Amino acid sequence: MADPTRFEEDALVFADALFGAAIRMTGNQADAEDLLQETYLKAYRAYDRFQAGTNLRAWLFRILTNTYISSYRSRQRGPQFTDVDDVEDLYLYKRLTASGMSRSAEDAALERLTAPEVLAALDALPEQFRIAVLLSDVEQFSYQEIAEITDVPIGTVMSRIHRGRKALQKTLEPYAADQGLVPSTRDAKEG
Amino acid sequence: MADHQPCGDDGASGVDCNETLATLYTYLDGELTDEKRRAITAHLDKCSYCGDAAHFEAELRAIVADCAKARVPESLLTRIRDTLADEARSA
Repeated sequence: MADPTRFEEDALVFADALFGAAIRMTGNQADAEDLLQETYLKAYRAYDRFQAGTNLRAWLFRILTNTYISSYRSRQRGPQFTDVDDVEDLYLYKRLTASGMSRSAEDAALERLTAPEVLAALDALPEQFRIAVLLSDVEQFSYQEIAEITDVPIGTVMSRIHRGRKALQKTLEPYAADQGLVPSTRDAKEG
Repeated sequence: MADHQPCGDDGASGVDCNETLATLYTYLDGELTDEKRRAITAHLDKCSYCGDAAHFEAELRAIVADCAKARVPESLLTRIRDTLADEARSA
């Protein structure tokens, strides 16, 4: 069994990042706390098999993701965005620039986004997309690292990140519409 | 704004707006070959529509990352340390 002090020194520096991902995975603080604790216990038990000099952060995220999938994912979450196929690339930017409104609509949209809006949009993503976007956009893992963490081919990783970002932008659009930065969907239908 | 649309120029860099926009995520993710990355960068420098798109996507990503950051509670860190100490003792 690994020396716990040494393990703590090496591994607990990633606790904030892992906890942030755990909250977005589980959707609540209590499950995120249990998930993080379980992740560290599993990692500690397996630490003798971890190859020094390889990517400890990715290894911990892999354990976190696997633990989430095996033990926490079945718990019900709120409604999720599923209809991604009709959403075009760079959706929000294209809507903001095509709206015939001011040149600075994009900057205004970004400035006015609030954390609760962004987090609600993230949480509404289907689980596989949400995890891929978290690992890429928040944790800045490479496609290869995300493939290893989530145990899927790189092509699947790219597709999930891509579709996740589109779905996220589609979900954020109503907030931009509320600000008058893009025409609301209702107006478009009536017009 | 009239000028705020794809420039339509495929220019000397060899990539046009369509290719740039289709490749933008991979570009921003740092996953392109050097040659492709340079070509996209050259296009972004001269096309304001694509350049602004890159800026928008990068900014949005930074906002998402910022919002999703969390701080692990001190009580949880203590609980984890206690769990690991128990595990080490029982091994």
